Amino acid sequence: MTIARLFIANRGEIAVRIVRTCRELGIESVVGVSAVDRDSLAAQLADRAVVLGPAHASESYLRVDTNVAAALGTGCDAIHPGYGFLAESPALASAATAAGLRFVGPPAEVIAAAGDKLQARARAQGAGLPVVPGREIATLAQAEEFAGEHGYPVLLKAAAGGGGRGIKLAGDLEQLRLGHALARAEAGAAFGDERLYIERLITTARHIEVQIAADEHGGVIQFGERDCSTQRRYQKLVEEAPAPRLAPELRAALLAAGVTFARAIGYRNLGTVEFVVDVAAGSFHFLECNCRIQVEHPVTEAVYGLDLVALQLAIADGQPLALTQEELAPHGHAVECRLVAEDPARDFAPSPGRVTRFAAPELPGLRVDTHCRDGTLIPPFYDSLMAKLIAHAPDRGGALATMGQALALLEVEGVATNRELLARIVGDPRFIAGDVSTTWLAEALA
Amino acid sequence: MALSDDDVREILRIIDSSQLDELTIETPAFSLHVSRGATAPGPGGASPNPPPAPAPTTAPAPTPEPAAAPTPPSTLAGTREIVAPMLGTFYRTESPSHPPFVEVGDGVRDDTVVCLIEVMKLMNHIQAGVAGTIVEVLAQSGELVEFGQPLFRVAPDGA
Repeated sequence: MTIARLFIANRGEIAVRIVRTCRELGIESVVGVSAVDRDSLAAQLADRAVVLGPAHASESYLRVDTNVAAALGTGCDAIHPGYGFLAESPALASAATAAGLRFVGPPAEVIAAAGDKLQARARAQGAGLPVVPGREIATLAQAEEFAGEHGYPVLLKAAAGGGGRGIKLAGDLEQLRLGHALARAEAGAAFGDERLYIERLITTARHIEVQIAADEHGGVIQFGERDCSTQRRYQKLVEEAPAPRLAPELRAALLAAGVTFARAIGYRNLGTVEFVVDVAAGSFHFLECNCRIQVEHPVTEAVYGLDLVALQLAIADGQPLALTQEELAPHGHAVECRLVAEDPARDFAPSPGRVTRFAAPELPGLRVDTHCRDGTLIPPFYDSLMAKLIAHAPDRGGALATMGQALALLEVEGVATNRELLARIVGDPRFIAGDVSTTWLAEALA
Repeated sequence: MALSDDDVREILRIIDSSQLDELTIETPAFSLHVSRGATAPGPGGASPNPPPAPAPTTAPAPTPEPAAAPTPPSTLAGTREIVAPMLGTFYRTESPSHPPFVEVGDGVRDDTVVCLIEVMKLMNHIQAGVAGTIVEVLAQSGELVEFGQPLFRVAPDGA
């Protein structure tokens, strides 16, 4: 390993997580923090912490120039961006590389290609992956023709737009006619472009993603899948590996598709290819590619018995993958719950504040990734993730039992959390049966 | 959404139990700025110290470049610190062939340039932000300084 000192451009539990691997590998760690995170656990555990700027992320964690200057000024040879913040910023990847630092992630051009949803979709399609049926339409007749081919419901959106603006849902021909007129007018008003995109809505979907890794020598492998269907407002709450009740042929096809996409886009380092799985039809469609380590990576680590951050560093170091696909097999089942500082009494509004008490139980098969201790401040400036509880057991039932016990024994005081909701989810008969889609939790809470 | 008295007390409790000197919370419903120490008596109680600098971040819009480093009350009675307004490489001179911007014993005005901080080839001229006399240089030229790191100690005029 030629990386001797790593700069961690992140905070919270993932910064702590990366420091831990650095210690195991004998790599020195420097964490860049905002002024409010000066006394954070990551800052205490790292060999050195430097204050990047004020609390607001736009003046600290999101500043490419400051992070690169801090990495150079502290004598680091590589930058790990974690997840969120600058993790998928082509600007950080290229600035780091230009400054002679190794960027622990894919090259800037891969991040840019994967980050552009239409380009990523086109690449996936070009590589023969199924994508959610959809196309650009110029007229209502074309919209009707599409719906006739693929069936209802369909979504109409501005071809030029993004961010979910002006999306119309149509469940039948009448709604399609009405929605088409409205969507066209709105697209014209919002983007100065009346072109529309029509897409089949997959109603009973599961979110299943494939963990892939690619070295700089053409090697690509996959580390199985994760099921992240239990979501609330597009926020993942519970993830697991392997995905429950997934037909073996469907699993094999998903994993192969993940590797195919990685090769097609010239992927490097650790990444995740996300799919929406149509349970009713038994089919799947490419959704997007995430060019970073994921929050939920520990469930994969648990079942494969490896350290994905160490793997990222080895790849960034230029080493070929030390494992072959044939050597890899998942063992048992792992479940992760995300404990967040959100107040269920106020519709899960963020509840920053001082954690007066935080103690996770020690149970066989339980791992806790956290930046919380007694007295930790959850600042109001960043995301509300407090801890990830990961339970690993020989089977899914055992993992869920451990998780239930962990959530019951967890001591957390001072801030409101979603602990009760997590306990309800892992104890729910529907969840236990492995039979949930991405809309399940919202429906169950309604 | 309105803040109740209990909310305000809770916010003050969080501030009091924290190391924070300032807290800014912005939500669609309200924005709140709390700072402590700004109006408290300076160190030394009834000493003739000038009042500490006001909290620097109350501006409604972000300023593109900090005009001056904030100068919080110093730990040494009667002196103030000029602190780095950004992370970067600290330089005491305009270039290697130039003399230092300021030396110990030099008088400075609020707008006197005291050093450079380089962030990725971009040179930022840092102003004193206080009028007085440099009594100590606290950082090494050519070294990385962090946001908020003390750079100079100044004996303010009239102290």
